[in-house]
Amino acid sequence: MATNKDRVALPPTDAQKTNLTCHFCIVGCGYHVYKWPENQEGGRAPDENALGLDFRKQLPPLAVIMTPAMQNTITDKDGKRYNIMIVPDKQCEVNKGLSSTRGGQLAKVMYSPDGVGKARLRSPRVYVADQWMDTSWDDALALYAGVTKKILDNDGPASLAFDCFDHGGAGGGFENTWGTGKLMFTALQTPLVRIHNRPAYNSECHATREMGISELNNSYEDAELADVIVAIGCNSYETQTNYFLAHWLPNLQGQTVDKRKQRFPGEVVVPAKVIFVDPRRTPTIAIAEQAAGKDNVLHLDIEPGTDIALFNGLLTYVVDQKWHDEEFIAAHTKAFEQALQANRMSLEETSHVTGISVDKLKQAAEWAYKPKASGHRPHTMHAYEKGIIWGNDNYLIQSALVDLVLATHNVGRRGTGVVRMGGHQEGYTRPPYPGNTKIYVDQEIINGKGMMYTAWGANPFQTTLNAEQHRAVILKRANIVREAMANVRGGTTAQMVDAIYDAVKNKGGLFLANINLYPTKLAEAAHVMLPAAHPGEINLTSMNGERRMRLSQKFMDPPGSAKADCLIAAAIAKTLRQLYTDEGKQDMAARFAGFDWNTEEDAFNDGFRMAGQPGVGPIDSQGGTTGNLVTYERLKAMGNNGVQLPTKEYRDGKLIGTEMLYTDYKFDTPDGKAEFKPATWPGLPKPVAEQKEKHQFWVNNGRINEVWQTLYHDQYNDFVQRRVPMAYLEINPDDAQALTIESGDVVEVFNDYGSSYALAYLEPDIKRNQTFMQFGHFNGVMGDLTTPWTDRNVVPYYKGTWASIRRIGKVEEFKETISFKSRRFNVIAVG
Amino acid sequence: MASISRRLFLKVGGGVAASVAIGLPELTQAVTPKPTAEGRVNLPYQMKALTKAQKLQVNTPVLFSYPDAASPCALIKMGAPVPGGVGPDRDIVAYSTLCTHMGCPVAYDPGQKLFKCPCHFSIFDPENIGQMVSGQATENLPSIVLEYNPNDDSVRAVAVEGLIYGRQSNLL
Repeated sequence: MATNKDRVALPPTDAQKTNLTCHFCIVGCGYHVYKWPENQEGGRAPDENALGLDFRKQLPPLAVIMTPAMQNTITDKDGKRYNIMIVPDKQCEVNKGLSSTRGGQLAKVMYSPDGVGKARLRSPRVYVADQWMDTSWDDALALYAGVTKKILDNDGPASLAFDCFDHGGAGGGFENTWGTGKLMFTALQTPLVRIHNRPAYNSECHATREMGISELNNSYEDAELADVIVAIGCNSYETQTNYFLAHWLPNLQGQTVDKRKQRFPGEVVVPAKVIFVDPRRTPTIAIAEQAAGKDNVLHLDIEPGTDIALFNGLLTYVVDQKWHDEEFIAAHTKAFEQALQANRMSLEETSHVTGISVDKLKQAAEWAYKPKASGHRPHTMHAYEKGIIWGNDNYLIQSALVDLVLATHNVGRRGTGVVRMGGHQEGYTRPPYPGNTKIYVDQEIINGKGMMYTAWGANPFQTTLNAEQHRAVILKRANIVREAMANVRGGTTAQMVDAIYDAVKNKGGLFLANINLYPTKLAEAAHVMLPAAHPGEINLTSMNGERRMRLSQKFMDPPGSAKADCLIAAAIAKTLRQLYTDEGKQDMAARFAGFDWNTEEDAFNDGFRMAGQPGVGPIDSQGGTTGNLVTYERLKAMGNNGVQLPTKEYRDGKLIGTEMLYTDYKFDTPDGKAEFKPATWPGLPKPVAEQKEKHQFWVNNGRINEVWQTLYHDQYNDFVQRRVPMAYLEINPDDAQALTIESGDVVEVFNDYGSSYALAYLEPDIKRNQTFMQFGHFNGVMGDLTTPWTDRNVVPYYKGTWASIRRIGKVEEFKETISFKSRRFNVIAVG
Repeated sequence: MASISRRLFLKVGGGVAASVAIGLPELTQAVTPKPTAEGRVNLPYQMKALTKAQKLQVNTPVLFSYPDAASPCALIKMGAPVPGGVGPDRDIVAYSTLCTHMGCPVAYDPGQKLFKCPCHFSIFDPENIGQMVSGQATENLPSIVLEYNPNDDSVRAVAVEGLIYGRQSNLL
């Protein structure tokens, strides 16, 4: 890792150059990776360095992004040392040369023994007596497979719990969802599976899919073409940064007016307006006001959990004004009248529930749905994320929102779309889930069910709901197994397996395996850990929020013996196959066949490319039935622009994709008609309402710009650690004063479900009796406060809980090293 | 984004940046050469005399350039001791005014005592080593290392901590 912070080594003109899609957020910005021997460097003249820039003089603004965080020195398995530089790709249509603070540090987080990655798992580890010990893959796999087999043979697959990623990017990707999916669903056939961020095996988008509309139905370009963007529960400057900066902002600033006039001849076109639906004034709203002018930004700061009422009120008003598209509704949808009847809500009642004035509701409806002066229906894009996904309640909010969108025909036309903004990238290819009900896995574990728990690229200790109880039960059950294992001194693997099985079968124990890049908080409970690898160390494909699929190319070796998740799954399957073969159980051995992969590409060819092919069993794949057109070689040639799925054809050396879904109005229902869904406003769920009665503060929560998810890298990144060493809690200064709390004080946040500490951050933009707490932090777990309530599909209401707050004290270092000035780009006039 | 939005610059420039943009003389004291850098790990930054501490007004930035004319910087007396601060009150700090993300000139907001970048909205705190408060940079604002001589009340720039935007090395 470079130590000189006032200079960097330039890549020479012959440096190796590969493509890397940022593996953090959904947007998937394109980057180039330069790699060259450590003892070489390029010159400052433009023809002497691979960037082609003239470093003999000061570069002008916006010419490059090249910071010390974008460089690192790595060592390959052959012992040779290389410099790497990872810089954003100016030709990538996604980020147009921009980098976020997360993607800008892709080089820094690549493994080097003294860098951010120094705490990476490099070998399998097993918990011996009272400490973690390195071990061989053979030993770790024999233990893992041995316990798995014993449980499978005696108790069946439903006692084998998995907590596994289902996404793209790091800890995911089409190769790895396939590898893990084939192991869990085809080979083991267990239904006791939850997804990394929620307590069941379910979708985050049941309602919209049932209505016939897939949640990623437009292109990032549509945000450049919209008349109005309705942003619901999404803080996009912080969580989909370069989608916001490279596509929303230009439209809000009027830079796409000419493009829109060309696309939509005859229509009145002015710089776009934006409507935010969010109880909190987010940093995104402050920036939108700065960039577009306050007159073009409307903030509907609804009461927490009242989105359904808002959309129902708007639908009612829009239909009463006859701004809905009767022709479209009649020709391409069904069940409109039933939904309208169920959702009907006057503006007065809507105002009462949501806290938004009738005038403001009317203004929002006029902006978004009233025909333009030219008589054309406005192109209104609806973007939503965790405010809805983790809202009250997921199924009904999505129903109410998509009802409004369908009635106003804001799908299938360029400049519209009703789309998830997304968290991780996507990358789903799996055999069908082997069950027909949704199992609330967290509750099963809490209730003593399940014997073995594999956390695979997942960290429920920092992220699940009702987390304190969940963690406490797992630690208790895991300790029963740890004690049993400690008593097997000098025993064979078979004897160890017997002891573990006795503990999980007869004593309430839980055997826990942790497969991850880092040990994480799960190391407090686990018994075996297997080291995984991330993009750059392996080849990996994923798709972003506009279904744009790219290949991130391997450019260095993973640390130690770490492997791609798909190859770990294959190693587990092969071990089990051998165990069954040795026993002569050919039928069981056959279930674990089909994992003869040596590379990630082998897994890709086995899963993504086989979906829909003749003679192949059912595969649920985001590549659809045309995945076979995509190969590593073809994707590589498409570079950081990749192809937008589904792929239509391969022609003239190029993969041709799909920019927008439903332009033909054939929706994803059996008859092709989109279906309205009734969504009557239900009020707050009982357990949530109870906490609201008892505790003063709403604990809104979410991700922040500077941190990626659970801080698995950032925990070791000084730039981030100095800024957010503990989950912070934004609180109104008047509320803070009443509790004698100052910025930088550590506070306890507590309710009937749990307690956590947080770092007080006084912020005038936060309303009285509301707070915002950083989610997922290892030092302050917000999930400890979340109720166990879920919607009908076991989707949590993470955003909905109330708690009390008391001051604990000061951590001197925090007060000295952290700035507590406002994170919002508000401009305060100075007289 | 092909160029900085003029509108953005005007907006920020007309609001918070007035104190930076108008009416402050460029500091042009002579540069004292240092010996060459043979056998050194650190870059051979040259010392540059900037001003007398008593001439500085609290919360009013003074522009200068360092380590060369192409690198704009701002010197500020914060009014209370801050990390890295020099001078009789340990409150004088200086920073490169090129955002470490893409090099747009940051504007000083005296109301919040923050540097703000109009291009991608990064915010830096001069009272806390240039820490990025929010934004898309991957580095804090580069600090200009200052020395204070109590004998003649002079403030001098002697080095830079952090890479100045748009350079392979801080010394061209």
